[in-house]
Amino acid sequence: MLEPVLSIRGLSKTYASGLQALKPLDLDIARGEIFALLGPNGAGKTTMISIVCGLVTPTSGTVTADGHDIIRDYRGARRKIGLVPQELHTDQFEAVRDTVAFSRGLFGCPPDPGRVEQVLRDLSLWDKRDTRIRELSGGMKRRVMIAKALAHDPQILFLDEPTAGVDVELRRDMWQLVRRLREGGVTIILTTHYIEEAEEMADRVGVISRGELILAEEKTSLMRKLGKKALTLQLAEPLAVLPAELAEWKVELNDGGHALHYEFDAKADRTGVPSLLAKLRDLGIGFTDLNTHQSSLEEIFVSLVSERKD
Amino acid sequence: MSGFNAHGVWAIYRFELHRFRRTLWTGLAVPVITTSLYFIVFGAAIGSRMAEIDGVDYGTFIVPGLMMLSLFTESIFNASFGIHMPRFTGTIYELLSAPLSAFETVLGYVGAAATKSMIVALVILATANLFVDVHIAHPLLMIAFLLLIAATFCLFGFIIGIWAKGFEQLQVIPLLVVTPLTFLGGAFYSIDMLPEPWRTATLFNPVVYLISGFRWTFFGTADVGVWVSLGATFAFFLACLGIVWWIFRTGYRLKA
Ligand SMILES: Nc1ncnc2c1ncn2[C@@H]1O[C@H](COP(=O)(O)OP(=O)(O)OP(=O)(O)O)[C@@H](O)[C@H]1O
Ligand SMILES: [Mg+2]
Repeated sequence: MLEPVLSIRGLSKTYASGLQALKPLDLDIARGEIFALLGPNGAGKTTMISIVCGLVTPTSGTVTADGHDIIRDYRGARRKIGLVPQELHTDQFEAVRDTVAFSRGLFGCPPDPGRVEQVLRDLSLWDKRDTRIRELSGGMKRRVMIAKALAHDPQILFLDEPTAGVDVELRRDMWQLVRRLREGGVTIILTTHYIEEAEEMADRVGVISRGELILAEEKTSLMRKLGKKALTLQLAEPLAVLPAELAEWKVELNDGGHALHYEFDAKADRTGVPSLLAKLRDLGIGFTDLNTHQSSLEEIFVSLVSERKD
Repeated sequence: MSGFNAHGVWAIYRFELHRFRRTLWTGLAVPVITTSLYFIVFGAAIGSRMAEIDGVDYGTFIVPGLMMLSLFTESIFNASFGIHMPRFTGTIYELLSAPLSAFETVLGYVGAAATKSMIVALVILATANLFVDVHIAHPLLMIAFLLLIAATFCLFGFIIGIWAKGFEQLQVIPLLVVTPLTFLGGAFYSIDMLPEPWRTATLFNPVVYLISGFRWTFFGTADVGVWVSLGATFAFFLACLGIVWWIFRTGYRLKA
């Protein structure tokens, strides 16, 4: 990896309650990438983000953001970071434009109405610039929070479940926005429960479970490496029992004997598919249809997390 | 570490003043009406039967006390509410993630709250001036005292706003501690009017020093020496500053 924009070393957190929410964790995020953090409820995603953004004090470990230590040089680090938290926290009575200008000031930037306008336009909020926040819908409030996080032009943007409770259209908008930001050079770290979202957007995927980062890999190689494929054959004639000759392959008879199901490792040198088909021909078992299915990130994810629980 | 975040302080200050502006009319009507009530009750009804105190007629005598009473409650209320609100709504996340030092954060909140309570105190002075003729012996010192006391009580309010777990707790300290101490601290009488041992007991009430010093800037006479008064006020200021410093150092009730 080139010089990482965010570098996390040995970061852990034990809350006052004694709960260890994060076990010592190392992670590097490359400049300009979209990193999706997946994990079940309570895995420690928000805890990790909160530490990096200064909301939670770490129990151990160090973090540098664009070369600035988040504690020793918190000013330098925080100027580079924008945060959209998981919960909707907004002022009630402020107008949209004012609240975004406020955020810009808070992060030490001089007033710039033009820049605020640009951010509002990018989020389709310009028409609502003089509306009080409490009069907005939930989806628009979330966009206001994103606008606030972008008001100081951060290099690193954290989106903690940006599409939770958001309709399909807004979710697509959000994906587009994330891509546009990345084109502008912003590094994005997002958490999500929607695997399709990670699959759709991320360059790299991290899976966190019970406070442990159990993997962080390129999405494509992850899917290739862990991806199991399944072959399903629709039989011309139903079979009552599985012929003993097929025991060598772990095939299953499904659909009342009408379908043969074979799972294989797509990354293996010998998948067993050609030999299985040859054997079926030898046995005179005909089929009318054939399809293969590659498991999605979701299936990979579920199997990873449940493996850990055993 | 790079320099002072002036834009950040200014953003907080403006945000808070904007909040006050939304309730401007009630915010100003309340002190005007209560001051008038005090003058009708204490000034006209009771005051006419009271002797002059140290050569100052009673109506005039209570003006500094009235200003202090409002300054205390306004300062505590504005500052505690200002920092409690973001904790309550959750918008504090933004403050905690911003490149602001503890000093800058406090400066923004306390500065705004102190500005508002000073305005209220001056409105009371102007209202009082409609009823009695107030002559201020040391106007500059009066403003300086006002500023120091406003800053002190706003810091105190800031601490309460962080300590309080709910809105009732915000009210507890002002109502149960500060208002009684102010009434007993010579807001409406000279402590020399008290018999012993109450007079000596009163000297343990810190508010006595604040009111006495402030009254001195008006009339040039006071219950306790002005330097003692100033010293005590400053000590209270430093104590509050110390607690605020500790709060930010430990993240008490701010960070997990
Ligand atoms: N302030 C806190 N004090 C004590 N425990 C906490 C605190 N915040 C979070 N936790 C606990 O730490 C663990 C991790 O929580 P965290 O919010 O980081 O999970 P998450 O991965 O973001 O979950 P979700 O997907 O539900 O948002 C949970 O068990 C949670 O109950
Ligand atoms: Mg979370």
